[in-house]
Amino acid sequence: MIKLENLYKSFGDIDVLKGINLEVEKGKTAVVIGPSGSGKTTLLRCLNLLEIPNQGSITIGEKELQFQSGTKLKPNQMTSFRQQTGMVFQSYNLFPHLTVVENIMEGQVVVLKRSKAEAKKRSLDLLAKVGLSDRADMYPHQLSGGQQQRVGIARAMAMDPKVLLFDEPTSALDPELVGEVLKVMKDLAEEGMTMVVVTHEMEFARDVADQVIFMDQGIIAEKGTPEEIFTLSTNPRTQQFLNKVAR
Amino acid sequence: MVLDERAERIIGILSDSFFPILKAGLYFTVPLTLITFTLGLILAFFTAIARISGIKPLVAIAKFYVWIFRGTPLLVQLFILFYGLPSVGITLDPFPAAVLGFTLNKGAYSSEIIRAAILSTPKGQWEAAYSIGMTRAQAMRRIILPQAIRVSVPPLGNSFISLVKDTSLAATITVTEMFQKGQQVAAATYEPLWLYIEVAFIYLMFSTVLSYAQSMLERRFDRSVAK
Ligand SMILES: Nc1ncnc2c1ncn2[C@@H]1O[C@H](COP(=O)(O)OP(=O)(O)OP(=O)(O)O)[C@@H](O)[C@H]1O
Ligand SMILES: [Mg+2]
Repeated sequence: MIKLENLYKSFGDIDVLKGINLEVEKGKTAVVIGPSGSGKTTLLRCLNLLEIPNQGSITIGEKELQFQSGTKLKPNQMTSFRQQTGMVFQSYNLFPHLTVVENIMEGQVVVLKRSKAEAKKRSLDLLAKVGLSDRADMYPHQLSGGQQQRVGIARAMAMDPKVLLFDEPTSALDPELVGEVLKVMKDLAEEGMTMVVVTHEMEFARDVADQVIFMDQGIIAEKGTPEEIFTLSTNPRTQQFLNKVAR
Repeated sequence: MVLDERAERIIGILSDSFFPILKAGLYFTVPLTLITFTLGLILAFFTAIARISGIKPLVAIAKFYVWIFRGTPLLVQLFILFYGLPSVGITLDPFPAAVLGFTLNKGAYSSEIIRAAILSTPKGQWEAAYSIGMTRAQAMRRIILPQAIRVSVPPLGNSFISLVKDTSLAATITVTEMFQKGQQVAAATYEPLWLYIEVAFIYLMFSTVLSYAQSMLERRFDRSVAK
């Protein structure tokens, strides 16, 4: 479903991704872990073209994009590629001027050209799924962080993406709200959604991931099953990182 | 006794002139304000969009326009339009000249307000819009502008109220708005102090009503603004 080959990304002089190779199969969940500044966010942002890589290739579904320095993508190429992925942001980024249900309808109506009635029905179904049916007509600022993030997930799901990307979806939340969001994500994984999740929630990684990817200084230092990474790894960088997180 | 006569005379002049001045306000000041504010807003909107379009010639034109009209006094702009242009064969009537001058001037200032509001919208809003597959234009229209408009309501409201007062400059190019009317009566009666106080009072009435309308509008827009 996802295939990255030899992906490079730099910001000016700083090389942030230095040759990433990665495959995620359909229906699987990949969890990306690693120290701050290792390039996890940048990797996700490359997957939906919020950043344009300098080199390498990204394949999602049937679409492949090749990058070279100076590659300029056409706007419609970008949007059609992006529509294959949904993104859930650390800071939710809900649209504050729209109600909860309108947030979820917006992309369906504007981008997918669904009728309002159809979009609304789908939105309400998704809200039921994330347990927020009673919040449909509220504005985002009237919701807790955990509720906002669940709306964020529903908004991304509404576009029927092939892949969902999560960038530390729970790290802005109070501890007691983390569980409700992880629960929704776990349900999605079990239903066979393909997901790439950047998180510091090691328990979630152990529990839900099919593949754990440890990033360090712009490369994938190690990848494998949760057991291979969390229990069997002998890589000193991995162990050092895990010790720090377990602390 | 002399004092009483004087007071009586002044009261007579003020009450005789109150309605003519108010009428000048309703016939010229208010339309001038409303027309130029609306046109100025439209001009400002397109100027702001041009400024952030990234299309070089558009950016250059917008910048140049704002530079000229913010960098020169409104009074001078009005004089050029009304007294200057006839010498190259373009003669404007006072009222259209005033509309044009105020519109160009307001458009330049308001475009900066709108541009700032657009730029103040958090980057995450653009990214969220892109992430659900919107194009730049869709993101702008559906996500960014509705928020930017809410943000710009208070500063635009302030500039609307200052426009009401600025329109008194139209007197200098012979538009018989309130101030001009006041000047005429003052000149005829030799009571400038009281007459101008009366004019000031009528301006105050207008701007008080408008301030109230502005705060109502702000309250309406305040419901769902981004933190
Ligand atoms: N737009 C940018 N311009 C310049 N440098 C950037 C930009 N975005 C990221 N970087 C740099 O790239 C490096 C990797 O950043 P990234 O956000 O991908 O790390 P991360 O692994 O997500 O870290 P964290 O766990 O703190 O979120 C950092 O050194 C960061 O300063
Ligand atoms: Mg990050």
